[in-house]
Amino acid sequence: MKQLSTKVTSNGHGQDSSYLLGWEEYEKNPYDEIKNPNGMIQMGLAENQLCFDLIESWLAKNPDAASLKRNGQSIFKELALFQDYHGMPEFKKAMAEFMEEIRGNRVTFNPKKIVLAAGSTSANETLMFCLAEPGDAFLLPTPYYPGFDRDLKWRTGAEIVPIHCSSSNGFQITESALQQAYQQAHKLGLKVKGVLVTNPSNPLGTALTRRELNLLVDFITSKNIHLISDEIYSGTMFGFEQFISVMDVLKDKKLENTDVTKRVHVVYSLSKDLGLPGFRVGAIYSNDDMIVSAATKMSSFGLVSSQTQYLLSALLSDKKFTSQYLEENQKRLKSRQKRLVSGLESAGITCLRSNAGLFCWVDMRHLLDTNTFEAELDLWKKIVYNVKLNISPGSSCHCTEPGWFRVCFANMSEDTLDLALKRLKTFVESTDCGRMISRSSHERLKSLRKKTVSNWVFRVSWSDRVPDER
Amino acid sequence: MGSLKKSGGYTGAILSRIATNDQHGENSEYFDGWKSYDKNPFHLSRNPHGIIQMGLAENQLCLDLIKEWIKENPKASVCTPEGVHQFSDIANFQDYHGLKEFRQAIAHFMGKARGGRVTFDPERIVMSGGATGANETIMFCLADPGDVFLVPSPYYAAFDRDLRWRTGVEIVPVHCSSSNNFKLTVEAVEWAYKKATESNKNVKGLLFTNPSNPLGTILDKDTLENLVRFVTKKNIHLVVDEIYAATVFAGENFVSVAEVVKDSEVNADLIHIVYSLSKDMGLPGFRVGIVYSYNDSVVSCARKMSSFGLVSSQTQFMLASMLSDDSFVDNFLMESSKRLGIRHGVFTLGLKKAGINCLISTAGLFVWMDLRHLLRVRNSFESEIELWHIIIDKVKLNVSPGSSFQCTEPGWFRVCFANMDDDTLHVALLRIQDFVSKNSNKTAEKASDNDQVIQNNNAKKQKWKQSNLRLSFRRLYEDGLSSPGIMSPHSPLLRT
Repeated sequence: MKQLSTKVTSNGHGQDSSYLLGWEEYEKNPYDEIKNPNGMIQMGLAENQLCFDLIESWLAKNPDAASLKRNGQSIFKELALFQDYHGMPEFKKAMAEFMEEIRGNRVTFNPKKIVLAAGSTSANETLMFCLAEPGDAFLLPTPYYPGFDRDLKWRTGAEIVPIHCSSSNGFQITESALQQAYQQAHKLGLKVKGVLVTNPSNPLGTALTRRELNLLVDFITSKNIHLISDEIYSGTMFGFEQFISVMDVLKDKKLENTDVTKRVHVVYSLSKDLGLPGFRVGAIYSNDDMIVSAATKMSSFGLVSSQTQYLLSALLSDKKFTSQYLEENQKRLKSRQKRLVSGLESAGITCLRSNAGLFCWVDMRHLLDTNTFEAELDLWKKIVYNVKLNISPGSSCHCTEPGWFRVCFANMSEDTLDLALKRLKTFVESTDCGRMISRSSHERLKSLRKKTVSNWVFRVSWSDRVPDER
Repeated sequence: MGSLKKSGGYTGAILSRIATNDQHGENSEYFDGWKSYDKNPFHLSRNPHGIIQMGLAENQLCLDLIKEWIKENPKASVCTPEGVHQFSDIANFQDYHGLKEFRQAIAHFMGKARGGRVTFDPERIVMSGGATGANETIMFCLADPGDVFLVPSPYYAAFDRDLRWRTGVEIVPVHCSSSNNFKLTVEAVEWAYKKATESNKNVKGLLFTNPSNPLGTILDKDTLENLVRFVTKKNIHLVVDEIYAATVFAGENFVSVAEVVKDSEVNADLIHIVYSLSKDMGLPGFRVGIVYSYNDSVVSCARKMSSFGLVSSQTQFMLASMLSDDSFVDNFLMESSKRLGIRHGVFTLGLKKAGINCLISTAGLFVWMDLRHLLRVRNSFESEIELWHIIIDKVKLNVSPGSSFQCTEPGWFRVCFANMDDDTLHVALLRIQDFVSKNSNKTAEKASDNDQVIQNNNAKKQKWKQSNLRLSFRRLYEDGLSSPGIMSPHSPLLRT
């Protein structure tokens, strides 16, 4: 008799993917400015380390929250005992208002419809348990966050069927791609329960356009399925455009109070916007009472620590802080992204034009020996072992085109980023191909720069991108 | 359960079976009582006639010690001026291995909580979302949907949710009875195993809580050793939930399964421990659950699964500091044991005065109270529920009926005593005693006339009190006490 469950013996956790192998290499030889200047620089971790100082100074000004007090009185006992899976009302209210603020206060979130979870990892898994039977499928646009293979499928038994997006249109979701994925699921004998998107996208760093969102809402309406919008990066939007949430679209299409709205669920977390992944704060927002009820019960398996709830309810209730934070966060992210992009540019490398996220979707197709995933892996290994940068190969994100890499920019100091770029440039120039391309694209880019207004200049590999509307 | 049949074509996007069935078990009486309490919660000054919560196994007796420690150790918080220099590193830390200092401190604490008789390896410490998360995780690691785990009854009511709901695992109870004080025996386990396998069930293991919830008893070393040998022989797993390990307040030392795992006859790959700080330290809000396995594959898998319920790094950091403070921990464990012992003594003595006996116990945050003699109809669960409603509505105490723990004998109730202050406990006892004597004064003569068994004055008094308690309840039954309406399921609620 087999001793352990199939979950132990299968690879459902997805941890054998290169996404995580790079981390292991990093762990063996991590870069340190002083102690290990030749070590590996971690660029595979989508963390936001740019604004801790803002939170730290808030803590200094708010000793009560910092020391588990309310109005000068210790509430330690109350917090120690608080395990109500409905969560702290003050905290959910503060979360709801923060989510509204990120969306320009154009939509409202009812705190009673928020279910707390231990990070969006737990939130996403919980939603799967609520919406899908083992063997049911969710459609996900590629490329997607590698962790989804574990979060959505591993213990739930659900399946993911990819919606193939391509560089030909900037990896946007198209109607035909949606339909194709739906058909494919049926061919595989899988029942489609819904679509899950990350908006803004990981790994693309782009926010979904209004056109795409409309398309998605129309699609789930016609197929009578669910839509999960993981908006974990909603507060990292730094482009000229405003972040458009699926909730905006539902409101604009006047679909509130309809059945469709009941099938749209938002996942959120404070891990990226606030840079607090250690605190494990995730949330599910749903207009379906049954889902809220079931998910609430399931949250018992991953509640948010009460001391964390208390601290963050105070932090997020301080509106002066949140508005300053969001603005400053966006500013710093924008500046950092720019730094990465121009550094890559000087190495003859371009990225997908991004307006959000903590990473860029970098085009290294020209550095591949052949247009294959084997070549992508070869290039990745060179970058990891020789250049000593841990970046994430597109194949680990289920990208259908070899040669794309996700490179994070917000989890290190400026100096470290500059060093990483220097190393990369040296590497590119050391390869014959790189030297040629670097020179010619440098010239090409120089001339392009004169033509455009924007400071950033990218080699645009797609042509029919519709300009985003407000 | 089943599909959501609403208008507007919603049927296509029905929710999962898990979301719509009631396998979460929250429709059981275990949770009903809370609703009643919630509507009318006791408060010494603000609501002295409210219902006293005795259905919540919390340990509130030593929180003052922890509060004091936190006050004296501001560096343990990443938010205070003294600790904020660590804020960014800790806030950023989401490695599912957990902070090394945290694992070391937990392993150290677990050893101390077992009197230093065993040591735990920090590399085997895996985090989870409370013991709730730990128990579910271990099921996911050890069993597939449809597999069976044997669980001695009476057992913690929420196991039905934690072990079964999302995992698809089945529980087959190993019924324990009052005939031997509900002691778990190898024979009982063997019999349950045999019956289950004969009906073609795939038994993957045995799981029990030791010290026991709801019994408050601990397993003796011999039985533990025999059980460990049994699972080895049958090549099935043993999961011991030791969440109450440090709540032993009297009698023999608690014997952890860790103490017997080194036996050469034991296959350590089959042995797993679930732990938590929710009971021993009284910190359920901090969600610190631990999976500790002697099986490397299970450690590895559980660790990956811990992503679904990691302990907040803010909490890990604080506890790493607190639990490494030996003088604090030593004092805490000693004080906690002492206070629990005193509280248990006061409570059981008070109950005895009212003619109520409890199962003899030496651990836990509750007593297993014997009210079989008060059932209107002996051996009837209907009577148990009837009696329970009387206790809630007339005596105004929320206690937990044995049936919610899958007990096979009606009339037993779990009553918690560590989740309130001394004054409240005193009020609870007064209410019980008051209720008994109020009803016994009226029937005093009748009772002594009827009294047949006279050993000595004490026995007579005891019997007299018991029979009058029975009489007073009988009168209530005859008065046609109607049960409160069906109460909707509710989670443990606390006023914040």
